[in-house]
Amino acid sequence: MSDIVIKAENLGKKYLIGHHAERGGYMALRDVLVQNARTLWNKTKDLANGRPIIQGDTIEEVWALKDVSFDILRGEAIGIIGRNGAGKSTLLKILSRITEPSTGRATIKGRVASLLEVGTGFHPELTGRENIYLNGAILGMTRAEINRKFDEIVAFAEVEKYLDTPVKKYSSGMYMRLAFAVAAHLESEILIVDEVLAVGDAEFQKKCLGKMQEAAVGRRKTVLFVSHDMAAVHNLCGRVILLENGLVSNDGYTDIVVESYFGKLTQQNAVSQYGRLSKYILLVSVLSASGKKYLTIGDSIIVKINIDFADRVVDRLKIGIGINNAAGGRILTILSWNERQSWDGVSGRFEMYVTIDSPRLAPGLFKLKIAIGDAFGDFDIVENALVFQIVPTDFFGTGKLPDVTQGVILARSTWLLKDSK
Amino acid sequence: MTNSASTHTQEPVLIIEPGRTEKNYWADLWRYRELFIILAWRDISVRYKQTIIGILWAIIRPFLTMVVFTVIFSYIAKLPSDGSAPYTLLVFAAMLPWSLFSNALSESSNSLISNANLIGKVYFPRLIIPAATLVTAFTDFLISFIILIGMMLYYQFALGWQILLLPFFIIMTLLASLGPGLWMTAINVKYRDFRYIIPFVVQFGLYVSPVGFSSKVIPEQWRLIYNLNPMVGVIDGFRWCILGGDSSIYVPGFMLSLAIIAFFLYLGITRFRKMEKTFADIM
Repeated sequence: MSDIVIKAENLGKKYLIGHHAERGGYMALRDVLVQNARTLWNKTKDLANGRPIIQGDTIEEVWALKDVSFDILRGEAIGIIGRNGAGKSTLLKILSRITEPSTGRATIKGRVASLLEVGTGFHPELTGRENIYLNGAILGMTRAEINRKFDEIVAFAEVEKYLDTPVKKYSSGMYMRLAFAVAAHLESEILIVDEVLAVGDAEFQKKCLGKMQEAAVGRRKTVLFVSHDMAAVHNLCGRVILLENGLVSNDGYTDIVVESYFGKLTQQNAVSQYGRLSKYILLVSVLSASGKKYLTIGDSIIVKINIDFADRVVDRLKIGIGINNAAGGRILTILSWNERQSWDGVSGRFEMYVTIDSPRLAPGLFKLKIAIGDAFGDFDIVENALVFQIVPTDFFGTGKLPDVTQGVILARSTWLLKDSK
Repeated sequence: MTNSASTHTQEPVLIIEPGRTEKNYWADLWRYRELFIILAWRDISVRYKQTIIGILWAIIRPFLTMVVFTVIFSYIAKLPSDGSAPYTLLVFAAMLPWSLFSNALSESSNSLISNANLIGKVYFPRLIIPAATLVTAFTDFLISFIILIGMMLYYQFALGWQILLLPFFIIMTLLASLGPGLWMTAINVKYRDFRYIIPFVVQFGLYVSPVGFSSKVIPEQWRLIYNLNPMVGVIDGFRWCILGGDSSIYVPGFMLSLAIIAFFLYLGITRFRKMEKTFADIM
């Protein structure tokens, strides 16, 4: 039995935004009055029926999140990164049931504690003690549970002396400590945390991270963590999901995804300042043959090479592709002449599509080397034309992701035990 | 690995998909009952914290209104009381449910806006928020009930067995305010100008409801129509409980008031539920 605690299938969230159309030309006052009366009537109907009213003449659908699917295993600590507006908060809000998805489904096993803000519901007039109970209840703790954890919470927050002081008199540091302490002591199998460490001093952040790490490692809690602080993500999370424009654009080991997020290692980014990779090669990109935005183990890979021979005419064109691992060791070589392919009279700009049938590359980073030649030999070679990533998936169907240390190629195997008599 | 296997069996499985919240809504409402209590407690303790006036206010306001109404309706307009009951008692027996109703209505219809920070950040059945405000209104009611007891002693007015039925009318008052309150608070989330309606309704309602006068002064042929105002039934009920047999309940009208309350409650809950899903998106 696989141990998936969160399974998201095609989650999507749609918002409707109204636009006012520009009315051109001349309109009689009568037309304006009739039109306004009609919209007023429609709005009143909507209001009475409890439908949301959208201002404007044309209504646009905006997908804050679209087709988001992933599996999260028990005990994993997952970072969710992406630019503002990429859909991170929407995703967390759906998983914490604050808002409903428009499409798709998520299945969650176990109790969820979500911390989208530190100190939600804290009331400044109430004392520290009272706020612990209030905040605890808001986060879903029972009174008995709070009673049991009370001393621990107070000790973690270091506010023993000020327990009966209204929190409006607290320093912002004390306030944050107390608020985080309550949340950190939630008993749950899954912890969802949104960008809450952005506030508070460095020492406090360290303490909170430590607490979350303890949760993730020690008690086999599953942690979902949104942050812009890549160092924190690095420390806490083994796996990262990168969201871009509401889509999952990358999902894999933290190092790889974080680096690609920063643009150091993205596809197509080896382009030199002259706008091309080499004298003849404009661009190299890697696509999944199945149309996904990323490559997983066993996917057929399409290498797309944009070439510009300008005024040169090439006969007996041959192209070679080398796939190296991150350290530079050769994994695979794909040569057009192995497939008895060559082209005559090629000139100008064109795109070459090379489909590589299901190489079972293990998750990790790979580099492409491209060589272009003719009957007289190679005349254009690019050593590190592109770095691409194979995203880990549950290749063996064991409910676990394959380990990076298991080599560069994966293969399924059949096993047979024979008595040797 | 092994220890996690043992926890599998009792782990709750939650499925999130469009329209799903409908199915376990009422079960969730029960599961979150502690939050209801805590929110109600928060409202009360914040209200009475550091303010002696807070408690006095619950006494002064209905008391002064009672004095003014007695002067205007009894001494100036010369309206009759119910049987032998002193006019001040007649007014106060109506002031009690009226202030309960108007406090509950005003507070529940502002409740979502004042708790906007919770709605955007935590999940719980949203119905808890307006429902919890009823407790605060009820606390004010209990405080002003003390005045009533004092007045009863002053007038040496004996209570009948009918007082035992008072809790039923209290619940009726709360439900009468909850229905429109739910509807208003939901609409308020999106259209903030709706909150200006409530003070108007409350002020207007004070004069169209039989607070300053007995509902017996309404001509017989209009009484049924008068009971379209659900507070008429509630106030009649309160007077009957407190003042005893002299203030009888007009049964067809009372039934109509009950029906109106049930209708508004149904309307409030269904509209609230319908809009609830979008609260977090538009807060």
